[in-house]
Amino acid sequence: MKNKWKNIWRGDGIVNFSSSILAIVCGLLFGFIILLSSNPQQAYYGFMMILQGGFTDGIQGIGQMLYLATPIIMTGLSVGFAFKTGLFNIGASGQFTAGAFAAVFVGVKFTFLPPGLHCLAALLAAILAGAIWGLVPGLLKAFFNVNEVISSIMMNYIGMYLVNMMIQRTVYDQVKNQTMAVADGANLPKAGLDKLFPGTNINIGILIAILCVILIYIILNKTTFGYELKACGKNPNASKYAGINAKKSIVLSMVIAGALAGLGGALLYLADSGKYMQVLDVIAPEGFSGISVALLGLSNPIGILFAGLFIGHITVGGYNMQLFDFAPEVIDIIISAIIYCGALSLLFKNLIYKIRMRKSAKKNKKEGK
Amino acid sequence: MSVVYFVIQQTMYFAIPLLIVAIGAMYSERSGVINIAMEGIMVMGAFVGIFFINIFQDRMSGQKLLLLAILIVAVAGGLFSLLHAFASINMKADQTISGTALNLFAPAFAIFTARMIQGVQQIQFTDTFHIDKVPVLGDIPVIGDMFFQNCYITTYIGIGIFLVAAYVIKNTRFGLRLRACGEHPGAADSVGVNVAKIRYAGVIISGVLAGIGGLIFVIPTSTNFNASVAGYGFLAIAVLIFGQWRSNKILMAAFFFGIMKTLASAYSAIPFLKSLPIPNEVYKMIPYIATLIVLAFSSKNSQAPRAEGIPYDKGSR
Repeated sequence: MKNKWKNIWRGDGIVNFSSSILAIVCGLLFGFIILLSSNPQQAYYGFMMILQGGFTDGIQGIGQMLYLATPIIMTGLSVGFAFKTGLFNIGASGQFTAGAFAAVFVGVKFTFLPPGLHCLAALLAAILAGAIWGLVPGLLKAFFNVNEVISSIMMNYIGMYLVNMMIQRTVYDQVKNQTMAVADGANLPKAGLDKLFPGTNINIGILIAILCVILIYIILNKTTFGYELKACGKNPNASKYAGINAKKSIVLSMVIAGALAGLGGALLYLADSGKYMQVLDVIAPEGFSGISVALLGLSNPIGILFAGLFIGHITVGGYNMQLFDFAPEVIDIIISAIIYCGALSLLFKNLIYKIRMRKSAKKNKKEGK
Repeated sequence: MSVVYFVIQQTMYFAIPLLIVAIGAMYSERSGVINIAMEGIMVMGAFVGIFFINIFQDRMSGQKLLLLAILIVAVAGGLFSLLHAFASINMKADQTISGTALNLFAPAFAIFTARMIQGVQQIQFTDTFHIDKVPVLGDIPVIGDMFFQNCYITTYIGIGIFLVAAYVIKNTRFGLRLRACGEHPGAADSVGVNVAKIRYAGVIISGVLAGIGGLIFVIPTSTNFNASVAGYGFLAIAVLIFGQWRSNKILMAAFFFGIMKTLASAYSAIPFLKSLPIPNEVYKMIPYIATLIVLAFSSKNSQAPRAEGIPYDKGSR
């Protein structure tokens, strides 16, 4: 038993975890300083609102937090999965938008399907659309050596304009400049969660997201396929030498990443929450939040789940903070500070490793090795 | 003929900011530091610059105000980029992460500050900088119509910056050292070049140029600043990669994209394009699709700086 605890203390997990916590503390402190400098009297109350986040409004707040966290967990998973395989998927926004549109389109038009099947069809359409949006940068990277960062940025814009056009031609509500409402049968079932969290938009979306987290965790850590993908990310030449088809790995990584982000789009809009896709020339912010979530969760699926929940939590806090006349953007400032400190905390990690090395060196000396 | 003049004048508004921001990113990346924070630095620059103009426009106007704003923005951009330089050079952090942090920070900071100070997030400014016709030069037939009418002083500043920057990186001792640090920092270090110092210089130059780029993007295309530069920082990185990290190719890439973007946004003023039965959104997509296609054919031999993104560790020499 003692040995087991020692192993946990010595493992990477605890180091990563403690450096993430340190980064979060630093980020929150920075946010507090910003609040203090803009309005000293209210700063304390505003800051408490952030810390309480979803818990301020009891059960309702927690339900709202889970609803907000769902799409960014999915985009975070998309970005994090691509990171693990050595790709920077900055195109999660485009994949998210493509998936969201496919889901809404199927949700509005395919009313001939029975309710349960209708929802499933909408989810599958979203996965497919997201996967296609990820496939393009993947193919370009694998066969034409096009940098995936630039091609997925381009795909973000193409997706945004294409989806705007498609909305206006197919499922457009002209009065409100947004999509029509999805048929009831296509919305995600609530499965009793609305009884658990009354008055919120919660549905099984969060459970689907958790399922995806587990799935990606298993793929990355327990399968040969995942190992090959990771190997290609770490060292493409070595994996090629070991007989791994690097081109196939790159394409598949991007397809899976795209599918995850696309599904995220479906989970956000198939919720009967009064949120509709707007026709705006703005890239979906969920994709960029996904980058934050992935970085905060250190690209580890389990870490991403908690990072997504954390960001959902303080985002709800940000809304509540408007009571005290603070702009909710301070949340983004805090998240950026956390990520920045997270980048620096690699240093902190190295420090722990160094201390450990010294300790074990001393021990070895004592034992006369 | 007036359509051609119009397209060229419009192209300048789009291409010049892209050009100098991409050149800035080139300085950073060729010194070995990936700077994905160009978007954030542009937003920061535009925010500081427009805010300055907003405050001082009662007291002065015209080119003097604009030039002063550009100077201030250059300093602001340089200072902001120091955060990235510190993380990626001293702390040996993952450069994508610290860049992303800056990208997230800048718009949030701009909106927060604007709302706390003036209540709304849009910052208004009066455009007193537009030049209808440059004296003497504007009267030259054809060329005058193309380049010296209906323009902004920022166009010439941008071209000037490009010429100087392209010369410095190619022909000076500093430029050679900078390139060496991006290709093989160990070798540069072994002959006494201070890698950290050079990389700091590279990142700061990128910050200065991105700051200026942010301001000169907003001024001709809008009358208020809404905490966004419409993804131009990311596009500039695309232009940099498209231009294979070489100044001449970046010039071509920036203008290729600028012309495409102009056709996309101003096609309705061009009789031939307007008569085609193509929806508005398709035109807007064209610049991005065209860039993808061109990249597919031109990326086989990437000439990215070899040590790009890798923190320099003396121990690994």
